[in-house]
Amino acid sequence: MRFEDLLRPTPKGLYCPPGDFYIDPVRPVERALITHGHADHARPGHAHVMATPETLDIMGIRYGETFAGATQAAAYGETVAVNGVTVSWHPAGHVLGAAQIAVEMDGTRIVASGDYKRRRDPTCASFEPVDCDVFITEATFALPVFHHPDDRGEIAKLLASAAQFPERTHLVGAYSLGKAQRVIALLREAGYAETIYIHGAMQKLCDYYVSRGVELGPLAPATDDDADRDRFAGAIVIGPSAAFADRWARRFPDPISCYASGWMRVRQRVRQMGVELPLILSDHCDWDELTDTIREIGPQEVWVTHGREEALVRWCELNQIRARPLNIVGYEDEAE
Amino acid sequence: MKGFADLLDRLVLTPSRNAKLTLLTGYLAATPDPDRGYAIAAITRDLDILSVKPAMVRALVAERVDEVLFAYSYDFVGDLAETVSLIWPATEGRASDLPTLSQIVETLQSASRSDGPRLVERWLDELDPSGRYALLKLITGGMRVGVSARLMKQALADYGGEDVAEIEELWHGLTPPYQPLFDWLDGRADKPANLAAAPFRPAMLANPVDLDELARYDPADYSAEWKWDGIRVQATGERGERRIYSRTGDDISGAFPDLLAAMEFDGAIDGELLVGHVEDGAIRTGTFSDLQQRLNRKTVPAKLQKQYPAILRAYDLLQEGGEDLRPLPFEERRARLERFVADLPSDRFDLSPLVAFESWEEVAQMRNAAPDPVIEGLMLKRRDSAYVPGRPKGPWFKWKRDPFLVDAVLMYAQRGHGKRSSFYSDYTFGVWTGPADDPLLVPVGKAYFGFTDEELKQIDKFVRDNTIERFGPVRSVRAEPDKGLVLEVAFEGLNRSSRHKSGIAMRFPRISRLRWDKPPGEADRLETLEAMLE
Repeated sequence: MRFEDLLRPTPKGLYCPPGDFYIDPVRPVERALITHGHADHARPGHAHVMATPETLDIMGIRYGETFAGATQAAAYGETVAVNGVTVSWHPAGHVLGAAQIAVEMDGTRIVASGDYKRRRDPTCASFEPVDCDVFITEATFALPVFHHPDDRGEIAKLLASAAQFPERTHLVGAYSLGKAQRVIALLREAGYAETIYIHGAMQKLCDYYVSRGVELGPLAPATDDDADRDRFAGAIVIGPSAAFADRWARRFPDPISCYASGWMRVRQRVRQMGVELPLILSDHCDWDELTDTIREIGPQEVWVTHGREEALVRWCELNQIRARPLNIVGYEDEAE
Repeated sequence: MKGFADLLDRLVLTPSRNAKLTLLTGYLAATPDPDRGYAIAAITRDLDILSVKPAMVRALVAERVDEVLFAYSYDFVGDLAETVSLIWPATEGRASDLPTLSQIVETLQSASRSDGPRLVERWLDELDPSGRYALLKLITGGMRVGVSARLMKQALADYGGEDVAEIEELWHGLTPPYQPLFDWLDGRADKPANLAAAPFRPAMLANPVDLDELARYDPADYSAEWKWDGIRVQATGERGERRIYSRTGDDISGAFPDLLAAMEFDGAIDGELLVGHVEDGAIRTGTFSDLQQRLNRKTVPAKLQKQYPAILRAYDLLQEGGEDLRPLPFEERRARLERFVADLPSDRFDLSPLVAFESWEEVAQMRNAAPDPVIEGLMLKRRDSAYVPGRPKGPWFKWKRDPFLVDAVLMYAQRGHGKRSSFYSDYTFGVWTGPADDPLLVPVGKAYFGFTDEELKQIDKFVRDNTIERFGPVRSVRAEPDKGLVLEVAFEGLNRSSRHKSGIAMRFPRISRLRWDKPPGEADRLETLEAMLE
């Protein structure tokens, strides 16, 4: 069967005609398979949603229990038949519950990897490569300038700065789902035992991670309390970066704005965002990890979506690997 | 190299002066000699090393990286040194033996031009991305990290617990990596003697003053002179060596070769550098715009030197031959200065005249009625004051003329940095132009201070409540004849500018008052500002 007959890009997202379902659709559809809980991939309003139990829980936390007409949980390793198409679920290493979805029919298998990363993350299961004919890869950091450094070095930078400026608050911007919990877990691994203050928007997700067995140590809400602002001096506070531009940030004494993201590799981005202490921490693959993964899986064809498609397609051409960009709109990479 | 690269990364992103000092003193304390000395010289751009052209760096990277992928990357990153530092393929077995900053600098000091590519390639292989970036900035001469020589001297002073004036005085007798300086700062040796000819003598500065404060002093104890609106400099000649220093001790001789050539004297004059032509036997001062033609240039074409000759208007004499005049009373130094300047070429040097007065009220009037547009106020100097470095309270005062004021309309607001990152605190404002029945705002300046914390909150709220469009950290706000915020803006002067749509550039604009009471339609028009240019 032609690959496009099994899975094809449409304006609503990746569509499987024989199975009559979409993967990570950007508009409401009848049947959706969701790779992970980030808002651009997991949208509310579908009639039927299949995802890992964690992703379903996360969607429930973010959108309320009525985010879909009906839900169906599929754990890692599980295989489900959808209208005669075989669908299996495999860890993607991106955030808690993130899955690659393998779609198979008549001996042809396509893997939609969603967002993924290869390095160890104490807050979620590691990526598992799956044999396939077509590997669909994201391209968020698909430029050869992106090399994410060792996580431990980045966390050490934050701790060193906290020691150097003990009178100031270190305000760490981090995506509420995944990045925030990973930063906290990495701080704990580095031996940081102080209370970490978190923005209200992160409370439920942190609680959920803890309920799933992820150790986050002592957390407290970064609530405004005029009488006790001193507690923020020397503290580490984690919140969504948008909140830093907001009045919310004014409660902290002379804050140093930090931001945990793969974009922090590029100084111009750092400056644009007014960040003083960039922490290069990404939940996506860097360039070498993307190209190594393609080599390791060795598919007949690579489909490239959201990000710098043209560069990864160029690399595939240089390495005699068939590749095409999917050009699906609606996925954002800015908040990473 | 790692410590230096990390320091650059932090400095570039740190807006606060105090935080920069913390980073610099931390680096000085943690870094061995001679690395830290070379690091200082690299940042203040006092290193004399082999430099390479960006084209050579591009050629090196073209051998390693596909040109299409490089082009995509350069397009995304926007800076050549940064793109190359990130895209350079890592070599196996790095990390063990990184080159130190000293090794790199010392190699480059003795390298020939033809060695360049081979050396740079080897180091790019050996260093990590941050190190590569620091290396490329170092050798392409693009080291801009927001640290002035003055700030660096302050960091050295903080590090060693010494007065910054002492470091300024020593500075020009020292060469990288400044070992005798560190030996002194670390308490291992005495303060090094300044053996260099024509050293900088730390400048004496004045405090601002007003009528209320002056009432406490006796007018008879003070003499007054005009405060000229040029650049305050120290012109020094000794044993054939000549230098022109800025008031912070930066050597700016290179920008004023015409004045330097005329400095055939042995002594040190404190004065104002201006441009001007001789007319009827006296120097006629050029405007600040004229002076700007001569500023911030590495080389000065002969035509510019002729069109805008640099001159020195003398205020004070600090040294005459072998004699240090600084301990003498101002009156005595002034008498010596008058004799000294009389012997100098009159097309390049003249005296800043003293201004007679009886009372402070008279001074108050004079400062707003100066005889020359290039005067920005009055200086008051105690007749018995010795010349001491820094800004002592009492002996010298400056009293600027009242600033110009204009009512402008807030057009754009940008988020601030650091403490102000949650506030829209940088304001672009405009005045009206075009027909009276269909006026249009044209931006005339940008200001980010002059308001209180409380006013900042009020403007921030106005910006958030009246946003029309967002462009990254910038918002445009409602600015119509009957809806918007009028800012009273104070400024020191106007220059013509071809870079601005309005054709004018304000000097030192700041917000002086918020005019919530005033409808934007009644704010000033561009014609008002244009009239001030004349």
